[in-house]
Amino acid sequence: MSRRMSIYIHIPFCVKKCDYCDFLSFPIRECGNKTAVVLGSGCKEGVPEEYLQRLLCEIRQESGDYTDREVDTIFVGGGTPSLLLPRQVTDLFDRVYQSYHVAFGAEITMEANPGTLTKEKLEAYRQMGVNRLSIGLQSADNGELAALGRIHRFQDFRESYELARDCGFQNINIDLMSGLPGQSVDSWLHTLHTAARLDPEHISAYGLIIEEGTPFYQRYGTDGIGRKLLSEVDGFEKLPSEEDERQMYYDTGEVLGKYGYRQYEISNYAKGGYECRHNIGYWTRKEYAGFGLGAASMINNKRWKNTSDLKKYMKNVDSGDGTVRRNGIRESASTLKEEMRVLSVQEQMEETMFLGLRMNHGVSKKEFETLYGVEIEQIFGTWLYRMSEEGLLNNGERVFLSERGRDLANYVMAGFLMISVENT
Amino acid sequence: MQDHIRNFCIIAHIDHGKSTLADRIIEKTGLLTQREMQEQVLDNMDLERERGITIKAQAVRTIYKAKDGEEYILNLIDTPGHVDFNYEVSRALAACDGAILVVDAAQGIEAQTLANVYMALDHDLEVFPVINKIDLPSAEPQRVVEEIEDVIGIEAEGCPLISAKNGIGIDDVLESVVTKIPAPKGSKDAPLQALIFDSLYDPYKGVIVFVRIMEGCIKKGTRMKMMATGASFDVVEVGYFGAGQFIPCEELSAGMVGYITASIKNVKDTAVGDTVTDADNPCQEPLPGYKKVLPMVYCGLYPADGAKYPDLRDALEKLKLNDASLFYEPETSVALGFGFRCGFLGLLHLEVIQERLEREYNLDLVTTAPSVIYKVYKTDGEVIDLTNPTNLPDPSEIDHMEEPIVKAEIMVTKDFIGSIMELCQERRGRYLSMDYMEETRALLKYELPLNEIIYDFFDALKSRSKGYASFDYDIKGYETSELVKLDILINREEVDALSFIVHSGSAYERGRKMCEKLKDEIPRHLFEIPIQAAVGGKIIARETVKAMRKDVLAKCYGGDITRKKKLLEKQKEGKKRMRQIGNVEIPQKAFMSVLKLDEDK
Repeated sequence: MSRRMSIYIHIPFCVKKCDYCDFLSFPIRECGNKTAVVLGSGCKEGVPEEYLQRLLCEIRQESGDYTDREVDTIFVGGGTPSLLLPRQVTDLFDRVYQSYHVAFGAEITMEANPGTLTKEKLEAYRQMGVNRLSIGLQSADNGELAALGRIHRFQDFRESYELARDCGFQNINIDLMSGLPGQSVDSWLHTLHTAARLDPEHISAYGLIIEEGTPFYQRYGTDGIGRKLLSEVDGFEKLPSEEDERQMYYDTGEVLGKYGYRQYEISNYAKGGYECRHNIGYWTRKEYAGFGLGAASMINNKRWKNTSDLKKYMKNVDSGDGTVRRNGIRESASTLKEEMRVLSVQEQMEETMFLGLRMNHGVSKKEFETLYGVEIEQIFGTWLYRMSEEGLLNNGERVFLSERGRDLANYVMAGFLMISVENT
Repeated sequence: MQDHIRNFCIIAHIDHGKSTLADRIIEKTGLLTQREMQEQVLDNMDLERERGITIKAQAVRTIYKAKDGEEYILNLIDTPGHVDFNYEVSRALAACDGAILVVDAAQGIEAQTLANVYMALDHDLEVFPVINKIDLPSAEPQRVVEEIEDVIGIEAEGCPLISAKNGIGIDDVLESVVTKIPAPKGSKDAPLQALIFDSLYDPYKGVIVFVRIMEGCIKKGTRMKMMATGASFDVVEVGYFGAGQFIPCEELSAGMVGYITASIKNVKDTAVGDTVTDADNPCQEPLPGYKKVLPMVYCGLYPADGAKYPDLRDALEKLKLNDASLFYEPETSVALGFGFRCGFLGLLHLEVIQERLEREYNLDLVTTAPSVIYKVYKTDGEVIDLTNPTNLPDPSEIDHMEEPIVKAEIMVTKDFIGSIMELCQERRGRYLSMDYMEETRALLKYELPLNEIIYDFFDALKSRSKGYASFDYDIKGYETSELVKLDILINREEVDALSFIVHSGSAYERGRKMCEKLKDEIPRHLFEIPIQAAVGGKIIARETVKAMRKDVLAKCYGGDITRKKKLLEKQKEGKKRMRQIGNVEIPQKAFMSVLKLDEDK
């Protein structure tokens, strides 16, 4: 029972899809859409029951592979997991605890969006052992929230946050976003101060990314080398300039530092001892199993992803005994698993670098050598040297990004890839 | 037999329907059934079909039963219409005895109609007109008939009025070919004298030579001799042209058009325009051949992947075989490595060759800015023909320079005369004359420097006249001009492949546009990159590619590491398509940007 792993559970539903959002999620209120068809009845409140049942089945069914592991972080993400009704929350965690060895003191996070939280839900979380909440505020400016297509206003967030504190949550993260349409450096500072004054234990501050296939991409999309597709952005607020956007990033560290938050990852800041263990697990290549639509896993140096096709995911019906049947024929759940890939040692080393470098303390050379039995310089010496010459990497006992290196993290990280694209 | 042969070609302004008429003639004469007809059978290069233009001269033989009850052999040689390919037209004309002049019933005579007619008359060909596209609502055949008689001065009354597209009037055309075009002259018993008008390389048969027999005859076993190159070969096979195939026959005799194979391995032994004779019974004099055509536009062609240099060399050699106007010689560039300086008839020719190299030979190319040939008179009396701007001597050694000037004829409808004159002025044109051809159309004559028309003159002409202007030009000669070399410095390093020669008056404008364009093409680097244009060491324009401020992915997607890795890999892959100059990575297409300076500006 020495091996530790994490569990990620995906709830792919939202009240409505935000205009910038590229995550796998379906709007729940829209009637007559594809989701409703796949899920039969559609759903009036909570998360569609058919999906939850399918998820519970998957959680149990997969557990057989992990009897020798102890789960020390669980993250329920989305979508909007706070759509789950209290009863659904109970069902979900009951199933997890029945099927897995969850360690004492495990970090158990629920993602929540303002406007969907209620006292009953929060109590259900507490009762089921959830000890960390991650609430998506994004901005303290109602105009910016509207431009993002969020359903909440700052007041809604404020109420949710206080409700959570009242219910006894002592580890709360607030999600913020910079680089928003119409956002000025000043309004970002306002958002930062507002969030920090609420005194959460953790703040995630992401820069907005314009993702292909989103309404934002049509509005603000760029070609391969970063030029706007449309010369004029008609009727929409403009994105901040690159200079302002960087300024916001620098201000983030500085302002949050004054409030006692320490940056530990490119976009994450926490008070001492409150760093998100689940996310650190991703950067340190800890094993994790993902359940639910489109969830990714890494176990035994094997990566895979559940199907993102809701219809395909739902087709597998629980027969009640933990096996999956389709038309009465027993079928392995592995049809759900896609892009299965066993990582070569070389790929593992690459991952150690480009994931580890996301964290401020980077990668320990000694640990690298212990892990792979080869010195880091032997594999990445040239690039390490070049990057430290260019002032992007600190190359000592530990390898980590310099302040400038954090601005150009992709450029630094891409250099650690050795595999050609055709092989993936 | 000989008096039942008709060797003819079709000439026309581009888009007046020459290739379509050729198709109909082939169809009508029963060589192919309707089902077998692909559109434009004669155009067998992919590129030609796609662009709907004819690039290479092609020949086909058909049998036609005329109204007099006799069967005639019709040898049709298709010719290209674009001004860049006048040389090809001239080659085709030399093999013919007559020409069909196709004129669009709506558009009437255009600049190239005139140019082609004059060329045909120069070759002593019998020319008769055909008015095409009579089915168009805007067709005015009678007006066009009058125009032909007035402007060209050949009889047009009663000429065939046709629609090649719909197969109307094709019989009339065929009858006219038989009655109006003379049978070939020459005697079967005279010593062999045959004109090479084209050739093709076949991996099995070697070089296939396309000939028109003027005198004598040739058959398998004949010991033939190339009069210019002196090479001799034993003929393996002779034959004529089916549609898209070679059909062997016993012999080719005076008046016939056909092909010869003789296991000729060396491409250089068969020069187009050369005369073939019988080594054992040679003729006295070679045929006049063709006026040697000189390339007008030069540019550097480099393989994107340096290792492909030998492939590029082989490909150019093969293309040169049936494109005598193509010129190439090896050169080296600091920025681009090993490549070739190539000469072309014009910019379209350049584009066609470039596309053929990329498509037919699977090569990825980098093209440098096109240049004309400048004459550089040095102070020490030496005169240099400059085809590569990089080789321009130091200004202190130059006495003066000359640039080629063309005489341009532009036919344009009244409404656009103003804007076209403006265009010509902008391009340093010298006004010669303007004549009204009829009430609504005029023929403008200008002298223009060639280097002002090789970039995008056609496009500008088209857009400023809404397509109603046509253009043709002839080289007039050289004139002294104030020329300077414009250098481009990227991160303070001169990039030889981007240098070009420009008139001193437009150096600033060009330099500025070039910098702007390059600023857009060059991706951001970790450091700031100045892009400068300089003349004689003096900076005249500058732009800056700002340093990359940010390149970071804020968030991971719920542990989806594979997705993140793919993004990083894509980024890394993009770098491979760049040229490293100093410590700056330049995308290959940046080298072509000089070609498109006027676009979207």
